[in-house]
Amino acid sequence: MSPEIALPILIPLMAGAVSLVFWRSRLMQRLIAVGATAGLLITTLWLLASVNREGILVMQMGGWAAPFGISLVADLLGAIMVVLTGIIGFSVAVYSLATTGRGHEAYGYFPLMHLLLAGVAGAFLTGDIFNLYVWFEVMLVASFALLILGSEKAQMEGAIKYVALNLLSSVIFLIAVGLLYGMVGTLNMADIARRLAMVEDQGMVDALAMMFMVAFGIKAGAFPLFFWLPASYHTPPVAVSALFAGLLTKVGVYALFRVFTLIFHHSPGYTHEILLWGAGLTMLTGVLGAAAQFEFRRILSFHIVSQIGYMILGLALFTPLAVIGGVFYIMHHIIVKTNLFLVSGIIHRLRGSYQLKQLGGFYRSHPWLAVLFLIPALSLAGIPPLSGFLAKFIVIRAGIEAEAYGVTAIALLVGLLTLYSMIKIWSEVFWKSVPPEGDVDPYPEVRQRELWLMAAPVAGLALCTLFIGLYPAPIYALAEASAAQLLDPQGYIRAVLGAQTEMVP
Amino acid sequence: MEPLMAVTIGILFAAAIYMMLRRSIVKLVVGLILLSNAANLLIFATAGMLRGAPPLVPQGLSAPANMVADPLPQALVLTAIVIAFGVLSFAVVLVRRAWEIVRADDLDKMKDTDT
Repeated sequence: MSPEIALPILIPLMAGAVSLVFWRSRLMQRLIAVGATAGLLITTLWLLASVNREGILVMQMGGWAAPFGISLVADLLGAIMVVLTGIIGFSVAVYSLATTGRGHEAYGYFPLMHLLLAGVAGAFLTGDIFNLYVWFEVMLVASFALLILGSEKAQMEGAIKYVALNLLSSVIFLIAVGLLYGMVGTLNMADIARRLAMVEDQGMVDALAMMFMVAFGIKAGAFPLFFWLPASYHTPPVAVSALFAGLLTKVGVYALFRVFTLIFHHSPGYTHEILLWGAGLTMLTGVLGAAAQFEFRRILSFHIVSQIGYMILGLALFTPLAVIGGVFYIMHHIIVKTNLFLVSGIIHRLRGSYQLKQLGGFYRSHPWLAVLFLIPALSLAGIPPLSGFLAKFIVIRAGIEAEAYGVTAIALLVGLLTLYSMIKIWSEVFWKSVPPEGDVDPYPEVRQRELWLMAAPVAGLALCTLFIGLYPAPIYALAEASAAQLLDPQGYIRAVLGAQTEMVP
Repeated sequence: MEPLMAVTIGILFAAAIYMMLRRSIVKLVVGLILLSNAANLLIFATAGMLRGAPPLVPQGLSAPANMVADPLPQALVLTAIVIAFGVLSFAVVLVRRAWEIVRADDLDKMKDTDT
């Protein structure tokens, strides 16, 4: 019995419930938020350590044997993802202490944040496809409420698109699960994988693979299904944006990785071809969208889309090196992207604007902030020796080895354009002198303590980026081991269902 | 029974998609409701339409003697109905709040955040 599998789900759920009890006490909610996310981070590290030591860990909920009950499965990819959830959860919780207004806290910001983290961790750890749907919905409901916290006009407009498209994706996912159940008569992912190999109607299997691809593609923000993302991610309070940017789309990417390596790997024919070109177009459209924008968070939102393309590219190439690259890219991206959103929040707090045209002169007034921005920004663009360089290097090398020259060329070009839009932010916000008075709202007052609370998570995440960039050997080894697990579905099936692999009708 | 179900589900999907493609956000929500109901019926139908074969094990046996209806899709549908109810009631409230704040029912007038 290993409790660390269930703890990353239970801790945020409990923390959410307890903070609801302290509905009126702002202090208690804040203490619980920081304490519980710190606890989450520690247990997820514990989980990663034991998965790394003992291989895939499985827990059967309620003691029901594998194909009948709900299994929680922690393989290396799942464990890595929950560790990243812990890191982002903790950073954002500390950051929210300074940035979340009283009004937002009074309407349940912290309980919703815990609920969101529970949904994300549940999605990463479940081994049951219907349970995955349920965790998706937990996550979605929490994200709906967080997105409209504050009820501003832009938030409403963004939320309608976000809600409509995400509900659509959930329905498609649900239909696909129902049809899959009708075909194989089981919901346990390992069991589905085993039985699907024996299904004769391969046309139906391909149709189901496409339905899962569309459903998760909407969640992940892949081309041509990403339009809800740049329409909504820049509207909520910045801590919420950062949380969404780091975790939500990556749950979609994780689900794509899980489904296409475990369940639909038998016929990697045209589905992987579609994924490949989808990845290329996702990269390109995302980065071109960003080039046209002059609002800080909107640029970053479009870059989420373009970076998703690299991860899907890793999956679509489906060679061992490419999958390593995809996993490495996810690790690098979650940390860097959240960090950039947090930096944009600090700048907003200091100057009261996200518009690049109205900002300027930060290199002179806050040189430390310039350094903190430059680390994740250059990492995103893929400048050595930062983490993004290695991530891009692995993916592109895998592309060349797989002789997918067209998509690889797009990946290289997108790296260059990413650098362009990071430099755009740099020169507008940091180098340009402050625009003449009158354009800018009067600067809001910021206390020193708040500034420290905001800067500490940013610095911590920047250190993570530097660590991945300068000392990548252990991270690469992790990515390599998890890719090996992903490419060997039999290991996963054996871990979940036990040694009995003969078919029972 | 199956052809009737199939036609019903098809009509529901068609109606849902038609409603979602309209510009009004109220019709968008109606479309989402129809869509989730269509999905629920579809899952219900995948279990197979068996009449008078409840999944009960007769006394003294460890497995049902004849072919029975599969109870699991019904459990799935129940879960999905509950989830859809919660999410759709949020969507209805959202539409009302959006109308109060934006003063528009038309998606074409909600383009401030798009570009």
